[in-house]
Parts: sequence; structure tokens; C-alpha cells
Amino acid sequence: MANDISNETIDYVAILARLELTGQEREEARQDMSRMLDYIDKLNELDTSGVEPMSHAFPLQNVFREDEVTEGDGSVETLQNAPEAREDMFVVPRTFD
Amino acid sequence: MKQYETVIGLEVHVELATKTKIFCGCSTAFGGRPNSHTCPVCTGMPGALPVLNRKVLEYAVAVGLAANCQITRYCKFDRKNYFYPDNPQNYQISQLYLPVCRDGFVEIETENGSKRIGIHEIHMEEDAGKLIHDEWEDCTLVDYNRSGVPLIEIVSEPDMRGADEVIAYLEKLRLIIRYLGASDCKLQEGSMRADVNLSVREAGAKEFGTRTEMKNLSSFRSIARAIEAERSRQIDLLESGGTVIQETRRFDEEKGTSYAMRSKEDAQDYRYFPDPDLVPISISEEFLAEIKGRQPELRTEKMKRYKAEYDLPDYDIEIITGSKHMADIFEETVRFGAQPKKVSNWLMGETLRLLREQEADPEDICFSPENLAKLIALTEAKTVNSTVAKEIFEVMFRENVDPERYVEEKGLRTVSDEGALRRTVEEVIQANPKSVEDYRGGKEKALGFLVGQTMKAMKGKADPAGITGLLKELL
Amino acid sequence: MEKIELLGLSAVELGAAIRSGRTTAVAATEAVLEQIESRDKSYHCYVTVDGENAVKKAGEIQKRIEAGELTGPLAGVPAALKDNLCTKGLRTTCSSRMLESFVPAFSAQAVLNLEKAGVVVLGKTNMDEFAMGSTTETSYFGVTKNPRNPEHVPGGSSGGSAAAVAAQECFFAVGSDTGGSIRQPASYCGVVGMKPTYGTVSRYGLIAYGSSLDQIGPLTKNVEDCAAVLEVLASYDKKDSTSLKREDTDFTAALTEDVRGMRIGIPQDYFKEGLDGEVKAAVLEAAGVLESKGAIVEEFDLSLVDYAIPAYYTIASAEASSNLERFDGIKYGFRAGGEAGLNGMYRKTRSQGFGPEVKRRIMLGSFVLSSGYYDAYYLKALRVKAMIKEAFDRAFAKYDCILGPVAPTTAPRLGASLSDPLKMYLGDIYTISVNLAGLPGISIPCGADSRGLPIGVQLIGNCYQEKKLFKIAHTYEQSVKGMKILKSAKNADKENLSHSSKNARTAFFLEGGEL
Repeated sequence: MANDISNETIDYVAILARLELTGQEREEARQDMSRMLDYIDKLNELDTSGVEPMSHAFPLQNVFREDEVTEGDGSVETLQNAPEAREDMFVVPRTFD
Repeated sequence: MKQYETVIGLEVHVELATKTKIFCGCSTAFGGRPNSHTCPVCTGMPGALPVLNRKVLEYAVAVGLAANCQITRYCKFDRKNYFYPDNPQNYQISQLYLPVCRDGFVEIETENGSKRIGIHEIHMEEDAGKLIHDEWEDCTLVDYNRSGVPLIEIVSEPDMRGADEVIAYLEKLRLIIRYLGASDCKLQEGSMRADVNLSVREAGAKEFGTRTEMKNLSSFRSIARAIEAERSRQIDLLESGGTVIQETRRFDEEKGTSYAMRSKEDAQDYRYFPDPDLVPISISEEFLAEIKGRQPELRTEKMKRYKAEYDLPDYDIEIITGSKHMADIFEETVRFGAQPKKVSNWLMGETLRLLREQEADPEDICFSPENLAKLIALTEAKTVNSTVAKEIFEVMFRENVDPERYVEEKGLRTVSDEGALRRTVEEVIQANPKSVEDYRGGKEKALGFLVGQTMKAMKGKADPAGITGLLKELL
Repeated sequence: MEKIELLGLSAVELGAAIRSGRTTAVAATEAVLEQIESRDKSYHCYVTVDGENAVKKAGEIQKRIEAGELTGPLAGVPAALKDNLCTKGLRTTCSSRMLESFVPAFSAQAVLNLEKAGVVVLGKTNMDEFAMGSTTETSYFGVTKNPRNPEHVPGGSSGGSAAAVAAQECFFAVGSDTGGSIRQPASYCGVVGMKPTYGTVSRYGLIAYGSSLDQIGPLTKNVEDCAAVLEVLASYDKKDSTSLKREDTDFTAALTEDVRGMRIGIPQDYFKEGLDGEVKAAVLEAAGVLESKGAIVEEFDLSLVDYAIPAYYTIASAEASSNLERFDGIKYGFRAGGEAGLNGMYRKTRSQGFGPEVKRRIMLGSFVLSSGYYDAYYLKALRVKAMIKEAFDRAFAKYDCILGPVAPTTAPRLGASLSDPLKMYLGDIYTISVNLAGLPGISIPCGADSRGLPIGVQLIGNCYQEKKLFKIAHTYEQSVKGMKILKSAKNADKENLSHSSKNARTAFFLEGGEL
């Protein structure tokens, strides 16, 4: 495989994506990603010099809203699905700054 | 020891004074019950989508123009991906590739004359929620009221060389932004926040040293202290053969030292990419012209106008225009008919004195121009004397009372009844034969005592000039 | 009306029957709920059935129809929604453990549009987890089976929606299409499915997979229903910055039989190796039918077809990796237990909450956006996307519509696809470029293979050209109607649904199935 993704790369990506992989999952992920990247490398057959990257298929632009308050107190809806909440706030494991 | 030069660049976050958040219709009001100013958009609910608040773009462009920036005519929003509970989507919508403003500058005054501080860029982004640490339960509580409040981040070039320049730069930015009405820029409340990038190098060196970034600086004083402390720390490190590590440090206000923030588990790989939920912004000539046309008078123009229009002393102009809020109060009060110099006197004298006494900022002045104009009118008409006026002013400064009503309620009107005054003066003369004798014997000071006694007997509600006149006449 | 007759009606026919008083919204809802009760154990089209509420709503709607307040063609018609469309008060899972008990506080704009039109929401249909997959086998809640042959997959990711229409467990369904997720299951299940022009249906309330590619669209029993449903779904929505202001959403006005002089291009690149012979024959036969109706059909070289899949998987995975970051165990959804600190909580929650396919795409997406790879992968893919869009622009300068297959094969057997993800991705080759270019595409049944599995033909239009597609699709459907009735009649004895239906159009496409 042209793209032999290393274990370090997989571990790095797993950290970025906040995923925990078991030994076997990690090996599978490594192989899957190597194969996919090999396949994606097909794009390099195309000369794209001078082509602008296209984020949106349509040239829509300048979509705005006016600065007017349209929402009321949303705390009940905001918190209704919280796995853990207290004093109208979400509870998370202690964070460190 | 070698000579070192400090090199400082600033990243300044400013919360914009919009009514609503950057991508949703929630209120930006400060405070409120936790999560009461939230909706699906600013809490990252599945399926919710952002729509840009037009006012945010207007403010960002206005600040960019005032800071001599190039306006990016085609700009976009990007997602900055990182996991943290204050960020409900775990990405922040910001601008990396095409920020709205670039390549500007502001001028500051230094010991060696004026100096340009370059502005690398200004970009729009959303603020994060607030984390409250619960020491008791050893957990953290999250409130998203601030999530999605619009920010601009103003990134300077590394053009500053010391704390004094940094403070001058921040004061200048603050003044410009307040003049534009784009933010109240309160460091304590967090509507203006500065991160300091600092490095040191041997004097004369061309290359920059390794820099650190300092966060959690919530007053000019702590910024100055943090700069001094970090400068010393880096120099000590280098002098003792060590090296500076590029890192983010948090300044501890109480201890006066900084410490490296616990390195987040991952490398800082934000995986920026254009936000597919938002469309690009194309800034037209018309839009720019509209913003330029709406740009309010900035300080330099205002100073010139004050000189020409009001003929105030330069010192007064300097002080009054140093705060947009104070200048607004000045102009409004004059518009209510007060004489400019009289207004200036109240602002320069009693107002500044009381502000200093309360360690407050001119932005905190809460009395209305209308009430100040009334108070000035009351003194002009000699309805109250200057001592009483100062007393009223103190109350007005605190509670913005209506001076006319206050005078009536408290019965502070100067006694204009000639007969009553005359009777009191006669009583005072009778009761103080010694002072009368002294005065007649040529002791001018004794007259002052008699005036004071009369004023006391009148409970302060008399015109001192009138008392003096009467006393002289009767003696 | 008899239950069997009722269930055989198309959505538009049912709407008319309710308005004329031949049946009621409540009767239709109860009939279809009974059908779900009896069949869904076998097919598992639904993740959540909201029966009690549906009957209650149907009663309210019936009153409003009788009061003359609701007059639209879909008033009183019971429908199913893909489980990635937020429904206020009704759990919305994306077929993921992550959202197993998530109850949205608001409904998607598309759902509000349906409700406003008097549609009765029956429940939420199964799908590939977070719409990632082509078989509906990545669902946390188990696979959906193809009602035409339960040993085969219904396709995906809107597999539950397509199967529910095919199994008459609803009168129409709504799905979402990011790379073919409406058109491919429609093809596998023998129903009609359309992905409209990007921006035609508001994405507000659609739980995002690939934001720049996702579109909501209908899955229906026939073309007329498809146009009628899309007419209701489509709206300009100021809550969605990518929403289009369109004046031309009166799609049912395009349901005329007239393709004379219309130019239909057949991309040679779509008929190369990898395409199943029976599928190829059926699709070309469909082209022949249109030609016989006066359309000008010619082959052309679309180009870049092989580059659509790598570009798509780069872009969709990148967007997905970011869109799915919000699922972190804090605000809603699954949260893993155990004392592990903040990052431990994140990792455990996401590792246990997401299935393997979702994790695979999140990993790929995180990688292609990571420092050092962004230009080489992500930007490169966006450039290729621009080239693909240009290739379509060139094609539409010559043709009113492009005609080709929907998928290279008919529905694979259950369990045959997941072992090789890359192979599964290759199955998206004919549908994916339509999403990259933001175009409308429709899948309509055009026959069955020798095993009786349905085959679909895809019509692709230039942006905003849904009406052309509806006209061509409708013409085709009407042309083959007579033909298929004969075929259908032959199997009448084993096809109790078709012979009992007065609607031959509906009946035909059930032919060959195992209902």
C-alpha cells in the first residue's frame, strides 16, 4: 500500500476525534484508512492547478439575519436531554484550564 | 548581564454590542439565569443551523476601517475544531483563511513620540459558554448564555516593546471601539480580553525569540504585571542557560506569577475548514460606503470641533474626549441649554473627583445630561448656592435624581425672602458682639465668621453674596 | 373502503379519497398502523412507531379537512420520516446508540411543512447510523429487510423509508440523500425517490452528515406522489443559510406526458465494467421507451466519473468528523459511565456511542483535515468537485437530462456488504456526483432482475430542473403502465396486493416481490 498509515498516526487521529480504539480496532482502522487513502490518491491523477476549491455548489452569498431578539428563555428545552444537570447547568467531569 | 528587548504582540477579543448572538436570535444580555439565553443553535443541538447577524459584520468592518485595515471583499467563516465543554458544537465558528479585515494600524503616543502598531488581522467569531468549577462536588457546570455572543479578535503585529506601549495600544483600541459604539470594552466583565504574546531577544538581534502566550488578564494593571513577570522569567531562563518553550501560560493575579496551562491532551490541530452551513460574504462598494457614511466622529475630529465650537481649554477637551461616554454627556448637556464651560467644570471637577473616589471609569457615569443641565440652571438662577449644588450633584451622581424635584423635596431652595434674611443677620450680629467688634476694628476675617453663622442659621439655604452684602450694610 | 384497497392507494389517491369522503384520515391511519403491526416484525422499517399520537392527530386533521381548513392533496395522508429528521417530542435517534433516547425540542422545517399540509406522522424509519452506509445494516437497532426479498438489504441510508413505502407501511416516506441515500434504496425497493436541488428543502432540523451534500427528499409509490410531496417539503427557510428562494416549486404542474424533442444524454462512463448486465439492459430499455415517446437519446462522455467517489468520501467524511463532534455526552444523548475525567468521558462516550462505520468516517475525516494533509486531501477534493460540476455544466448545455443506472447492481444479500467498506463505497458511483454538484436526481423503477429484485433508472437534471425530471419520469411511468399491468396480472395469484389494487401503477412495482 502506498499509504502505510502508522500506528502513531492512527493514535493521533483517535486523539483528535476523541475515540478510544482497542488493539484490534486500531489495526482495522489502520488498514481501512490506508486503503481509503490509496483510493483517494486517485485524485492526484487529475491536474487541478488553477481550479478554485469549491465549498458550495451554488454561488450563494450574503445571507444574513437582522439583529433582533427572536428567542425567549430556552433553558428548559436546552437542558431537557442532558445526561446530568444541576442548577440549570450541564454537569461535566472536572475541567482544567 | 546582556541587554534584552521585549517583543510583544496582542490578541484582543472584543464582545460586540449587538442585541443578539452572532448566529441566532438569543439575547446577548450579560448575566441572567444559567442557560436562559440559549436556543438550539447556540447550544449545538443536532439539526440546528447558524445564520449570520448582519450587525456583526457591520461592526467588524467599522472597527477595521477605523483601524486603517484593508477590508477583505470576499470573506468566509471556518470551523475551528477542538473538544471543550464550553464549546457546545466542539467547533468554534471563526475565520482563518479569509478574515474580514487585514493589514491595519493604530497610532499610540510613547515617550519618543507617536508610534504605529500594526494590526495583522481582525476576524469575527463566536464566544464560548462559561464553566463554573464546583470544588465541593469536584465537577464543572456549564452555562451557555455566553455561547454565540459575537466577538472580533484583533491580532496585532509584534510591534510593542514594553508594558507601557501595550497599555497605550489597548487604551487606543478601546477608545476607537467605544467611539464606534461597537463594544463597551470592559476588561473586568470580559467584554474586552487580551492575550499577550511575548518573547525576548538580545538587544540588536534580528530574529525573534520563542514566544509564550499569556491568558487570563482582566485589568490593565494585571497586564502590566504579567508582562514584567514574564519578561523577567524568560530573561532568567536564558541567562541560566535554559530555553523558552512555546506554550500558553495563565497569569495568577494573586501570586503575580504565571504558570503553564496543563497541556491539552492533543496537539493543537484545529482542522480548520470552511463552514459548509454558512455562505461566503461578498462586501460591495455600496456596503462599504454605507458603513463609512455611518462612521461616527472619532476623537481627533471631535477635539478640533470642541475647540472651534465651544472654545474650551485644551486640557478640558483632552479629558472630555478621552471617553466617548463623557463626550456624549457633555454635548447632550450643552444641547439642553447649559453653557459649555459650566458643563466642562462639572465634568472636570466634581465628576472626576467622585469617579476617582469610587475607582470608577468615565464609562460608568450614570447621571443624565438632562439632570446635569437642570442642576446648572438651578445654580445659574441662584435657586441653590454652590455648596448645596455640590451636595445635590453627589446624590445625582449616585442615583441620577432629578435636581429640581430633589430641591423641592428636601426644601433646599435658597431663601429669597429679604425680610427673613435680614432678621437672621440682625440676630447673628446681636449674638456675636465680639466678632462685630473685631470686624469694626478692621479684622476682615471676622466677617467670614459672621457669614458662616448666618448660613448655619439659614441651614445653608442662602446666597452667600447676599448675606455678605447685608452684613456690610448693617455693620 | 376495504383495508387492502386502501393500502394500495397512492398518497395523492388517498388524499382525494379522504377529501371526497370515501375514507377518512383516521381509517387510513388505523389501516396502515395495522399493516405496520403485522409486517414490521419481518421487515423492521421503523425505529419508532408513534401510533397513538398518529391516530389522535389523524382525528384532528380529519375535522379540519371536513371544516374546509385543510384542502391540500396530502391532507390526512399517513407518512413515515427518516430518523434523522428532528421531530419535537418524538425521539430521533439517527439509528445510533448515541441518540437512543434523544427527544428534540423542535421539529425540522421539512416536518413542519408536512404537518402544515395535514400529513399524519406515523413514526421514524430505520437508517444507516447517522446516514453513513448504503444498506441500512449499520443501524444500532438492527437491519431492515427488503420487502421485495427479505434476504436482501433495502439499500441505504434511507432504507427504512424505502422499505416502508414498498411494504405499504406508509403512504409515502421522507428520507435524506447525501450520496445517493434516497435514490439507491428507492431503486432497491422498487419505489420512486428524489433528491432535489441542494437548497430546495430546508436542512434545519436534519441531523447533519455532510452539510454541503445533504438534501431531504421524498420516497413514494409513484412519480405523481413524488412531485406532490416535494411540493410540500420545498420551502425557503431563513433559518438555513443555504436555503434557496425558488418560485418554481409547483412541481405537480409538470406532470404531463410530453418528452418530444427533449434531449436525453446517456453517459457512456456509467455503462462500463462493474455494471450488472440485467441492470444495464433494464436501464437502456427505459431509455428506449423515452426515445419511442419522442425524446432524443444519445450517448456522450460525461468524464470524471471515477473521481467522484474519492472526492465525495473525502468531503463527506471531513464534514461528518466535524458535524459529529457535538456528540460528546454533555448536552444530550448517550454518556458512558465510569470515572475517567473529561477526556476519558469523551472517548468512552464516543467509542461506545458510535458504531464502526461512523467511527471509520470520523477517523478518515479527521485525518484529511489534519495539519499537513488539508491541502493534499481536502482542498484537492474541493477542486475535483469544481471540475465535476463543470463537467455537468457542459453536459447540461447539450442535454435536458442525463439518464443512467442508480446503482451497479440490485440489492445485495444481507451481510454481504459490510465486510468490505471500500467495495460498498464503490456502489455509490452513479449517485454521488449528483450531490457533489448539488443537482436534482430521481430514481424510478424500471423493472426487476431475474431474481425479482427491483431495478431503478436515474434521471439527473441541471439545478432547478426538477420539473423536467418529473415530466420525463411521469411520461416514462405512464408509458410502461399498460405493459406492466399485463405482467402483473400474470402473477396475480401470488400477488394478492396487486390484484386487489385498483391502481395498476402501484401494483406493477410490487411484482416479483415476496409480499
